[in-house]
Formats: sequence, C-alpha cells, structure tokens
Amino acid sequence: MSQWRLELVLDPVACDGRGVCAEMLPEQIELDPWGFPLIDGADITPALYEHAVRAVHSCPKQALHLVERRC
Amino acid sequence: MSLTFDHTSRAAPLTATRLLHGLVGRGVQNTDLRSHLEQWGELHHQPKRLIDELDTSGLVGHGGAWFPVGAKWRSVTGASRRRPVVVANGAEGEPASRKDALLLTRAPHLVLDGLALAASTLRARQAIVYAPGANLPTLEAALAERRSCGLDPIAIDLVESPETFISGQESAVVNAISGRGDAVPSFVGLTTIRERGVGGRPTLVQNVETLAHVALVGRFGADWFRSVGTAQNPGTILLTVMRAEGPMVVEAALGSSLRSAAGLGDDDLSRTRAVLLGGYGGAWVSPQAFAELPLAEKAARRIGATLGAGVIVALPYGVCPLAEMADVVRYMEGQGAGQCGPCVHGLGALADSLDRLAFGGRGGPRLDSILEICTLVEGRGACRHPDGVARFVRSGLGVFADEVASHQRQGSCAQTRAARVLPGAGRTVTRRLVGRA
Repeated sequence: MSQWRLELVLDPVACDGRGVCAEMLPEQIELDPWGFPLIDGADITPALYEHAVRAVHSCPKQALHLVERRC
Repeated sequence: MSLTFDHTSRAAPLTATRLLHGLVGRGVQNTDLRSHLEQWGELHHQPKRLIDELDTSGLVGHGGAWFPVGAKWRSVTGASRRRPVVVANGAEGEPASRKDALLLTRAPHLVLDGLALAASTLRARQAIVYAPGANLPTLEAALAERRSCGLDPIAIDLVESPETFISGQESAVVNAISGRGDAVPSFVGLTTIRERGVGGRPTLVQNVETLAHVALVGRFGADWFRSVGTAQNPGTILLTVMRAEGPMVVEAALGSSLRSAAGLGDDDLSRTRAVLLGGYGGAWVSPQAFAELPLAEKAARRIGATLGAGVIVALPYGVCPLAEMADVVRYMEGQGAGQCGPCVHGLGALADSLDRLAFGGRGGPRLDSILEICTLVEGRGACRHPDGVARFVRSGLGVFADEVASHQRQGSCAQTRAARVLPGAGRTVTRRLVGRA
C-alpha cells in the first residue's frame, strides 16, 4: 500500500524573500543571509500541519506550496 | 525495402568513429541530403520498435544530464493523451563546447533524422529545431531538401536560441519556443517538461548529439550500437577538447581511457596544472586524477566531477588558476537569469570573494566562508546554474589549494596579469569595465 507524505516546495522564481513564511513556521523554515527561505525537507508532521498551511497562505507571492507526494 | 535493422550493411561504421564518420578533416561535410543518404542509407521509421531498441542500446542523453533516452521517450508517451512536441536542442551555452555546432553545420541531416524518428515514434504534433542563429542557414537549406523529397512525417520548424549560457536549459527551451521571455528557465517543480511543456503538451527536449545517435540506432539497431564501448557504458560520445591550439571535437568509445580520448599524452599532462571536466558547470580535477579516469559519467561523479556535455579543458602552468576561476565565476554570475534570490545574491558573493582571493592583497576571504556560500546556493535555483558554479568553485579551491594558500599569504600573484586561457572570461572583463564606467 502506498503512503503519502506532505512536503513544502518553494518556487524560487516567485519568491522575493519577504520572509513571512519563516515567521509562520520557524520550526522548518529559516532565512539565509539574504533573507530567502531555507526549507527543512522533512515531512510536515500533523502537529505542524496548521502552521504549514498558514505559511503557504500568507506568502504574498504565492511562492510556497504544500505538496502531497507518494513515497 | 527491408524493415529490419541492417547492422551488417556497408554503411554501418565498425569503429568508434560514428557521428564523425566521413567528417574527419577540416571542411569535410555532409550537409546535402544526397551525400548524407549515400553515406548512411535510407531511414525507415519503425515506431513500434524504436523505443525498445533505444532501451536495449543503453543510449543516454549527451546534453549533460546523462538520462536514459528510452525511459525519457516512454515518459513523454505516457504523460497524457495529447500529442507531444519534440525538440532538438542545439543551444550550446558552454563557451568551450563546439560539438553541437559541429553536428549542426556539418551533419545536419543526421540530427534531423533523429528528430524525425522522435516525431514518428512519439506521434508528435510539432517538431522543432532550437539552435543558435549562426546554424540556421544550414538547417534551413537541409529542411528545404527534406521537404522537397517528402522525407519527414511532419514539418520541422526552426526557432533561434539566444547565445547565453542557460538558453539550453530544458525549461528555458520551452519558454523560448513558447515566446515567453528571453529563454530563461522557470520553476517546474510541481510537474516536468516531459509531462507539460510547449503549449502544455508533453514535450521531449533532446540534445542534438543524442538525436544523431538515435538516427544511427534507428538504422543499425541496438546490437550495433553496443558493439563499441563497454557493457556499462556502450556507444560513443563527442568531446570538445580545449587546448592551446584551440578547440577540437573528437569522438571516442565510452568506457575507454579519458586521457587517450582527449589526446593528452604524458608531455601534455606534465605541462597541465589541472583539467576542467564538464565546462563551467563542471569540476576541476588534478592531472593525476584525470589520467586515471575512464570515459564514464559514473566514474566522474564518484570523484565529485561530471563529464557534463563533454567539455575538457587542460589548464597549463604559467597562468593563475584563481584569476581564471574569478573571471569565470563573474561571467557565470552575469549569465544567470536573475530570477532566484539565492542565485543572484550567492553568485555575486562568490564572484566578489574570488575577485578578492585572486586579485586582492594578503589575507583575503577565508576558505570556509567561500564554501559556505557554495552550500547556500546549491539546489536553490529553478535550474542547475547555481549548482554548477558551486561545483566549479568547490573543486577548484581543492585542486588549487597551494595557489589559494599562497594568495592568502602573499596576496595576488604576477601570473594574474597573463592572458586568460578559459574562453568567455575575456568578455567578463569588458562587461565589468563597462559596468564601472
């Protein structure tokens, strides 16, 4: 039986480094020296799901995606 | 008319000189259809069989990614019910590469045969050759000849590729053909070009050398293809070797000795400070490591390098490798699309650091701070441009450790004033001077 995992995927072309996502989900996103997000590739755990969704929705450039992948 | 593969025909070359068969020697060419067909024989389309044959052949892409061709074609056919677009990619962004231009100008029909086979096999809706302006007149003439004989299953269109480093990147090719922007890459992370490319159709973007190999597999079959090279690395590859005399394109059997393929003897290697493999997105290797390498991508990757699109540059003693690197990294910074933050800022920071290391006074940037920038740009662009620059810098700082230490101790060296060996770097200097004026 196949399993599904949730992960954050960034569109680096759309992203302009506002940094809102890192405020919403500091557990998995930090900012590099230029203010662009560094995303921890780990699965989004149920505990962080709400925060991840909020981070995705709060991106002013809609550059962050929450993607379901079969693993 | 026989519809089986005829690898015993007189046209099937038996040595490792395949794509260049009949082209050896300056000015020799097979640009007209008659001499092309005399040399290679007619092309029979066998769409039901070709993908299996490509799988068996072990042919991989020669644009730099080394992806199995059969698997790539399968994923295009399986992507959707819409008929796909097939593209021959002749954009050769690497300033040191010449092999694609050589095929397009001297054996265009071999490339067009491969594209025609892709079109018939994948039931393509559209077929396009994407190539630099300098190659278009030859291609136009070749296409006119083919049209007059009704040779191809569908019309083949031409689209000019801009002469930039990244114009051959898969998503950049699709954007250029779709008329979106100046051939810059875009983010395709949620899907692939093979599933959704030109006009939303499944799209095959295949390097022109790869298609030339396809044309021969289509004629002579997989067994013939595998009769040269090794079981793990079958077939041949075109390499561009940059030497003091200028660039030279050679064809060699995969799995054979890389140094023999490149024609670099003991004398040449003793005069060589390091070898750049895979071009400006590739890696520096010591002459000793180079001498040990087989002509195989897996072996190159095991030592952190890549053969990329087959570029080999022997850097002689007597020039400053750090100055060469600094100018290349500045050039690569300028060749970025300017779209992704980490690439824009990171390549700028890398170029500044290497400038200070190569041309500045003693002290200079710390090695670990430069490596940290490499880590910060890797995997963070929409395309592989920043990853290639990081590999180029990382490997160079390792191979040129003595020069790095010497520059940090004593500042810039006298050899930085020598003329640059690596092509493209000269342009960078002009651009920078203009920028400062």
